[in-house]
Amino acid sequence: MASPVDVDARIAANHRLSDAYNILEIEAPAIARQTRPGQFVMVKRALGREPLLRRPFSVFEILRNARGAVTGLSLLSKQVGAVTRDIFLAEPGERIRCLGPLGTPFSVVGPPAHAWMVAGGVGLAPFATLAEALHASGVDTTLFYGGRSSEDLYRVPLFERLGVRVVLTTEDGTRGEAGRVTAPLQRELATAGDRPVMVYACGPTPMMRAVAGLAAGADRPVQVSLEPVMGCGLGGCYSCVVRILDGGARFVRACLEGPVFEGNRVSWADLT
Amino acid sequence: MGRPDLSVDIAGLRLANPLIAASGCFGYGVEYADLVDLAALGAVAVKGLFLEAREGHAPPRIVETPSGMLNAIGLQGIGVRTFVAEKLPELKARRAVVIVNICGSTVEEYAEVARILSDADGVAAIEINISCPNIDEGGHTFGCSLTGVHDVVRAVRAATTLPIFPKLTPNVTDVAAIAVAAEEAGADAVSLVNTFLAMAIDVETRRPRLSNVVGGLSGPAIRPIAVRMVYECRAAVRIPIIGMGGIASARDVLEFLIAGADAVQVGTANFEDPGIWPKLLAGVTDYLERHGHAAVGEVVGTVDLSARETAWISS
Ligand SMILES: Cc1cc2nc3c(=O)[nH]c(=O)nc-3n(C[C@H](O)[C@H](O)[C@H](O)COP(=O)(O)O)c2cc1C
Repeated sequence: MASPVDVDARIAANHRLSDAYNILEIEAPAIARQTRPGQFVMVKRALGREPLLRRPFSVFEILRNARGAVTGLSLLSKQVGAVTRDIFLAEPGERIRCLGPLGTPFSVVGPPAHAWMVAGGVGLAPFATLAEALHASGVDTTLFYGGRSSEDLYRVPLFERLGVRVVLTTEDGTRGEAGRVTAPLQRELATAGDRPVMVYACGPTPMMRAVAGLAAGADRPVQVSLEPVMGCGLGGCYSCVVRILDGGARFVRACLEGPVFEGNRVSWADLT
Repeated sequence: MGRPDLSVDIAGLRLANPLIAASGCFGYGVEYADLVDLAALGAVAVKGLFLEAREGHAPPRIVETPSGMLNAIGLQGIGVRTFVAEKLPELKARRAVVIVNICGSTVEEYAEVARILSDADGVAAIEINISCPNIDEGGHTFGCSLTGVHDVVRAVRAATTLPIFPKLTPNVTDVAAIAVAAEEAGADAVSLVNTFLAMAIDVETRRPRLSNVVGGLSGPAIRPIAVRMVYECRAAVRIPIIGMGGIASARDVLEFLIAGADAVQVGTANFEDPGIWPKLLAGVTDYLERHGHAAVGEVVGTVDLSARETAWISS
């Protein structure tokens, strides 16, 4: 097991993608080197500053220099509250507290299995590192990527460069297929025959619930990356619990046993 | 002059320093073992334990509020026997001084949990949680009445020879009277405060922010009230006091010590910064050196009330 480290990291770059989304690049090689796909970091602008608690973020990219050495990691963020606002406004050269890597990663399939990643909006975050790992082991990979509008879809070429087939959807039809991301997923599951497919999902809870249902209906395994409210990220507070169906219904900590769970373990009715 | 002596004595229990990880904010301690040197802490107070495992409340269990947070975890836990079998050996191997926070729905359950811990190897003391504000059936009800406190502490006293530290709720009119009841029933020290019963509402949906509707407020928001309560208890009891509530810096540690605490616990601040422990120790050491103290105990209960007669008050 990797051991998490807490660093006061320098911000290398802030790519503001819209009024809401940004990608923050931070110099935290000690975390990045250990990070596996699906793991997260606990972040806040500076210690002693309101709000008190850190927020969890999936690691988006592992950053490397021209020689291939790991230099840091990036976060894909969407402004929803005080911490994501801090992250949106951060300037290169400033510093940020970053603790990680944390949590149980995705289990990465190998050939002949195909990998289908299903992302809703900022739920794209854990899939860049996963796509890299899948690419490295030669897995045929598809990304189903949906949002409300074209303003929710970013960094598609990053996935295309890794040989990922990308299927885009927007609810308002401004980019890709009009409708929800579950529509093309459902179609392709129906015609997948007996191909072995591992489904990965991250996004709003209703989307993940729907994806888990579709995958189960098509008899395909699914791993979901859940995002419950977290207090510490280390197993100390027992606030990020998810109700799990195996071993009798029970609450387990998403920061330790998750954030990645097999979809059929999750008690979806209990997820808010 | 050498380095000041940071060790403290709590009812015969020698701690290397006055910093204790607060119950419920540090898991069972083992979760933090890779990040924090458990042996370097004064002690670790582990998450509250009942006789049996408990599921706890449905999420959402926490919500952040200005300078603090509400929690209603509902004392999810593995039960005391599983703790003894599965967590205690590792804590011992890490050379942690272990204070076990115990809960009960009945007086008998408290006593039974205390007996099991007395037979276990590696428990330094028992903290009696009679103060969890967010579960119906236990703790808090006992902790809010003089007879309830008396009955629980008496029963635990009879069940164990380990040092016992009742943990007091601030949700009472006169916390010092509660501390006196605990002392008279045989407590070796008192811990205070647990969280303040509180509530937060999402105004858009008009729904409570916690599934349990109400929860306990912790963090810097409660610190001045907690300091006042430690100060009141210091005047009322002779036994040692373990103070807590919103400590987030060495200055805060010293404020509690000066108000009358012999040791302190840190909870919420550890969520923000699990690396806080060595910083707190360094800050306390620096203060003791600047003020010419040879030992941390010299600071305890030294609040200076004489300076109240300042010119602007008397004029
Ligand atoms: C998430 C959480 C869980 C807690 N669980 C317990 C518990 O199991 N037993 C207990 O006696 N106190 C519990 N407490 C109270 C703390 O130990 C402490 O008394 C309180 O939080 C005030 O200190 P702080 O402001 O440093 O956090 C809990 C507090 C929090 C925030």
